[in-house]
Amino acid sequence: MSEANASATRITPGNALRPEDIALEVRTGLAKPSEDTAEYALRLGDDALILAQRLGHWISRAPELEEDIALGNIALDQLGHARSLLSYAGGAMVNDDGSAKSEDDLAYFRREHEFRSVQLFEQPNGDFAATIARQFVVSYYQFLLYSRLTESKDATLAAIAAKAVKEVDYHRDHAAQWVLRLAGGTEESRKRMIHGFRIMWPYVEELFRDDDLTGRLAEAGIAVAPSSLKEDFDRLTGEVLTEAGLEVPDVPAAPGGGRQGRHSEHLGYILAEMQVLAREHPGASW
Amino acid sequence: MAAQNLQSVPVELTAGTSETAEADGQANFDRVIAEDSRIEPKDWMPPAYRKTLLRQISQHAHSEIIGMQPEANWISRAPSLKRKAILMAKVQDEAGHGLYLYSAAETLGQNRDEMTDALIAGKARYSSIFNYPALTWADMGAIGWLVDGAAICNQVPLCRASYGPYGRAMVRICKEESFHQRQGFEILLELSNGTPAQKQMAQDAVNRWYAPALMMFGPPDDDSPNSKQSMAWNIKRFSNDELRSRFVGMMVEQVRVLGLTLPDDQIRFNEDTKKWEHGPLDWDEFHEVLAGRGPCNSQRLERRREAHDDGAWVREAAAAYAAKQLNKQKEYAA
Repeated sequence: MSEANASATRITPGNALRPEDIALEVRTGLAKPSEDTAEYALRLGDDALILAQRLGHWISRAPELEEDIALGNIALDQLGHARSLLSYAGGAMVNDDGSAKSEDDLAYFRREHEFRSVQLFEQPNGDFAATIARQFVVSYYQFLLYSRLTESKDATLAAIAAKAVKEVDYHRDHAAQWVLRLAGGTEESRKRMIHGFRIMWPYVEELFRDDDLTGRLAEAGIAVAPSSLKEDFDRLTGEVLTEAGLEVPDVPAAPGGGRQGRHSEHLGYILAEMQVLAREHPGASW
Repeated sequence: MAAQNLQSVPVELTAGTSETAEADGQANFDRVIAEDSRIEPKDWMPPAYRKTLLRQISQHAHSEIIGMQPEANWISRAPSLKRKAILMAKVQDEAGHGLYLYSAAETLGQNRDEMTDALIAGKARYSSIFNYPALTWADMGAIGWLVDGAAICNQVPLCRASYGPYGRAMVRICKEESFHQRQGFEILLELSNGTPAQKQMAQDAVNRWYAPALMMFGPPDDDSPNSKQSMAWNIKRFSNDELRSRFVGMMVEQVRVLGLTLPDDQIRFNEDTKKWEHGPLDWDEFHEVLAGRGPCNSQRLERRREAHDDGAWVREAAAAYAAKQLNKQKEYAA
């Protein structure tokens, strides 16, 4: 079977899609995103990559072995989504030698202002409650986003979303269970859960902001307009918060700007650590 | 958190209620061992057998958990996203191995919390190898190839250990360990075929991990007092030196494929004994590390203690929430 034939059957919604399959499609020219679509994939891919980097820190430090495994699993899922999305995005971006940018070109050789993740994803882990607060928001957002994206007219995005949504559904359940436990556990855990939501909530609004790019792509049936997810997000997260006896924090929204490359102070440190080895050996393969 | 519901069963109480029962139990135990069959948790077993297994399985579990640290150290800096994913999955597997093994140990009457307390109090041992630092990315290769390779040599025979829960846990663990070793080999192979700096990094890592990996099999046979009894009980199947020799033979073959060398010019195959031999190992260093004076002993334990202490409020919250839910259910039922 030729490389092209091998991959032609892979990218269908519901298939066990691997990042390598997407990369192969991009290399063989079977998958070719438009510049807009690539930018959109880059946004979602960067969100997932930065979150994976954050969550990976918990492995060997979690409150219980089961959580080392659970948070590690969520980090791995996010990393998988990031790899697929970045591989696809790279199909419309070229290196100096004319080759398409790979997932690693994009992850390791861009600087802060070239990352397109929103600021929520780069927020520090804090304590376990802060991590759960961030994860709760992210999981509901991603679940709604990927659910809708399965209907994208872009076959590759639809296929990535079809795989991701099943995984993110578990992340959502995991986070919601912990919100209930921490809010309803001890006085200490409730206080920490409330604090966790207070420090993460300023970055929630940015998730649902439309711009010209999402406008064009949503119109074409390729992307989901972020604002269109807000109502369901409020309703679904509201149900859990109500059950937990919590309220949506009354805190002002941060200006954000991650989609345009404006980040918090945190991203520089994340990238410094993530990229250091790859940059010490440019051109090396691992 | 299931561990919190288990009551610790004092070893003495489970060792039989009357002399007749104990004699019957001993007879059954002897028969099972003679038939090379399996002892299960509810079977009578000699207190010393229980104690030996509990020590061995809990030490093995602790080794998996402490062993997560040197590799977790490189997750954030893995040089490609594929390697990052593989490394995350590997460290996650190790947490899983720790869980199976703690569960197997719990069947002998000690709960996970007690074992964890012993670990962070510095009273329980874990494999000394994890007290060495993982300094470069190539260490991820050397740990997988040499450390997991040595672990497999040790653990494959344990799949036939006479204690059922331990043997069964080892079957799954060994399958995953063999993936781990292959990924370590692959990392080194890629580095060895890479730039001169990468190849140097790989050789340096192999040089540092070789001797500690050989010492993972434990002291030489004439200095290993517990081995004889463990072999009589069908827990251990081969002696430390026998396993070490086999391991050296395997590594000699594989290092050639890697295009690297082992830092030991005295390796040879002894035609008379049909066994591989290696150069002298620094057993003083081994005992120093074992006694807590290794490069990372303090760091590894402190990290585990910190995670445990930082997570205390979370575990308390989960227990309190579970108790409240149970009360609600009871009220509803009433």
